[in-house]
Amino acid sequence: MLNDILPILGTMLMYSAPLIFGALGGVVSERSGVINIGIEGMMTFGAFMGAAVGYYSGNPWIGFLAGGVAGALLSALHAIASISFNADQTISGIALNLIGPGLSLFLCRVMFSDQTVTYPVQNKLPKVFGSIDITVVIALVLTAFIWFILYKTKWGLRIRAVGEHPAAADTLGVNVYAIRYVSVILSGLLSGFGGAAMTLAVVSQFSPAAISGQGFMALAAVIFGKWTPFGAYGACLLFAFAQALTVNLGGVNFVPSEILNMLPYVLTIVILVLFVGKSVAPKADGVPYEKGMR
Amino acid sequence: MDISSNYAVQMRNITKAFGNCMALNSVSIDVKKGTIHAMLGENGAGKTTLMNILYGLYHADSGDIYIKGEKVNMKNPMVAIQNGIGMVHQHFKLVENFTVAQNIMLGSEVTNKFGILNMRKFKDELQKIINLYGLKVDPNAKIENISVGMQQRVEILKTLYRGAELLILDEPTAVLTPQEIIELISIMHKLIENGKTIIIITHKLKEIKASSEYCTIIRRGKYIDSLEVKGIDEEMLAEKMVGRSVKLIADKTPAKKGKVIFNIENLNVQNQQSNCLLAIKNLSLQVRKGEILGIAGVDGNGQKELVEAITGLLRAQSGTIKINGKEIQNTKPKNVIKNKISTIHEDRQKRGLVLNLSVAENAILEKYNERPFSSHGILHYSEINKFTSDLIKEYDVRPKNCKGVPIRELSGGNQQKIIIGREIANEPDLLIAVQPTRGLDVGAIEYVHKTLIEERDKGKAILLISLELDEIMSLSDTIAVIYNGEIQGVYDQNEVDENTIGLLMAGGSKVGKSSKNS
Repeated sequence: MLNDILPILGTMLMYSAPLIFGALGGVVSERSGVINIGIEGMMTFGAFMGAAVGYYSGNPWIGFLAGGVAGALLSALHAIASISFNADQTISGIALNLIGPGLSLFLCRVMFSDQTVTYPVQNKLPKVFGSIDITVVIALVLTAFIWFILYKTKWGLRIRAVGEHPAAADTLGVNVYAIRYVSVILSGLLSGFGGAAMTLAVVSQFSPAAISGQGFMALAAVIFGKWTPFGAYGACLLFAFAQALTVNLGGVNFVPSEILNMLPYVLTIVILVLFVGKSVAPKADGVPYEKGMR
Repeated sequence: MDISSNYAVQMRNITKAFGNCMALNSVSIDVKKGTIHAMLGENGAGKTTLMNILYGLYHADSGDIYIKGEKVNMKNPMVAIQNGIGMVHQHFKLVENFTVAQNIMLGSEVTNKFGILNMRKFKDELQKIINLYGLKVDPNAKIENISVGMQQRVEILKTLYRGAELLILDEPTAVLTPQEIIELISIMHKLIENGKTIIIITHKLKEIKASSEYCTIIRRGKYIDSLEVKGIDEEMLAEKMVGRSVKLIADKTPAKKGKVIFNIENLNVQNQQSNCLLAIKNLSLQVRKGEILGIAGVDGNGQKELVEAITGLLRAQSGTIKINGKEIQNTKPKNVIKNKISTIHEDRQKRGLVLNLSVAENAILEKYNERPFSSHGILHYSEINKFTSDLIKEYDVRPKNCKGVPIRELSGGNQQKIIIGREIANEPDLLIAVQPTRGLDVGAIEYVHKTLIEERDKGKAILLISLELDEIMSLSDTIAVIYNGEIQGVYDQNEVDENTIGLLMAGGSKVGKSSKNS
């Protein structure tokens, strides 16, 4: 029995890391009042840049950082559109989801002799405690770190205030725009890490299907986790468990693999239907801030 | 008057235009240190704009600001805060799911050198301020769980914590119960004793008399007068504010009461917050044709639930509500309207109007699917516009050509006129008016009161629910007092005085029911 469960748990942890990075990005952005539906796009771009830079530099850590920076760059577009120009945040996020994969494929063809997949990296990110990806550990540490920032420091107090009642923060001299910019770009950085964690730890190269819905699952995890770092962390573990089941039961005959593959996505929808109404989003989530608006 | 350090603030010849609209035209104000100074003016007169300029939220097109004799360029609120100015906005700027302490410290956090919050040290500092001014609040309570009066104290504490010497209070009493108003005025006096200066923006004359020493009046962006409050009466203040003489007490003839047409019997309604409590307990009430029945009570004693049960928005657990003998409890709002009950809801922006729709569309919100406004699902704008034009004309809505503009852009008074006009156009047998003058200025209040009395004189039954005891006392022919979901007593207008009603509103004994017996 234990021998059946352990591999599933191992796979769960493996798949959870990319989700957790993405979800943490979602938490930070949405707590500051900017909906970030573009996590998927940023993860995809981060996944590509992580794999590409990892291949050319030969160092997976440089690749991992490059993935984060790539996500941050993409999120800067979202920040400019939705914070400075008061664009509709959903539309801007969807744009990211189109730009991310498009840009990745374009660059991939340019850099890897017109192929849609990168060459496998020579060195993947290391494993610790035997067979656990180091990204799993980093994800847990970052979750605790983000929690500490949000609830124990003045910057966290300001991020949360800006996401709930930007006018209140503004009248007390808090720079709403600056806080939101930093939060959105941080969210891009984290999402980019998530993508890179996929292509540098889970698999070893980028392909168009490397990120397929993880960004949206991360988004669902943010909601299911009530916009808190540890809540989102737990939700990600659950989704990753579903993915792990899919992988580990893949060889079983009695369920067609097509149905099994749907499991994580179905679970996401079911959880959203059951819990979305009950969790309360930050009040100003998705509302552009305009000075002096009543 | 010279520029002098004896004045906390002197604003000189402040002019400000928004687009083509002149909001302030060379307005000046001098506020002596250690006094309470009232800014009086109707809604839209420019009081709040002037104070927002003082607080650095807007920039004046021309004019100067002097703080204690020194000229200051109020670039932004931070400059104002550094100059010891604090502002309590009409709509509180508090983060609902933060604690009192977190709200007060936001932006001026007490931290160690790594930016980590030191809540204990902050709370010690806060407690000192709380004790000094007697501003009772629990620093650990969440904003969403405390009363409006307490939230206001948090706002005042926010300014004091930042070292404010001059406090600007924007319409501070608009949201308070009568008891809370008394408490606020005593807090204001305590602040003055401790050397603070206060500017209070208001259009409530009674409170100016009760609190302020000086008063500056502006009308439509123009400076009118500055005077000592002592030795001037409310009528004179009202006249200066509105620019014509105003009747503060509604003029009306005795009611010609007809038969009972609206009858509530043993109504019970559940409390929405807790399932085991009742918001309305065994309530019975009758309203006759041709009378205004006013329900007096402190906010939160079941008024809201009563209205919502009548209008079909809340379920009645038991009991009956009858109009013209027909039971309407637990039916749909549409059925209630069809049975000739019309309601002017308390929150006109949430319940009464769809703010982003045009004035015309709002005017037919209840009748859009009836002829002549539509047929076969298609709206007939010519009829709708004609109806709206008539409404605008009859109720003197301004601006006159507003039927196509989003109703959001109208002032509160004009929005209310559209609602009242729309409801009266239904020709209801019972008109329910909940806080019909909330947030309106003296001129508009006079108009609303006159309209309600006119409808009464046409033989309609009117159920008035208001938190303003003055309004109940002057308008109602019959006064009922609600406390804790129960009717404490029903009296004729002239058989009861304000003190008795006030006592009953607070849950006092029924002994000495009317002024005759007491």
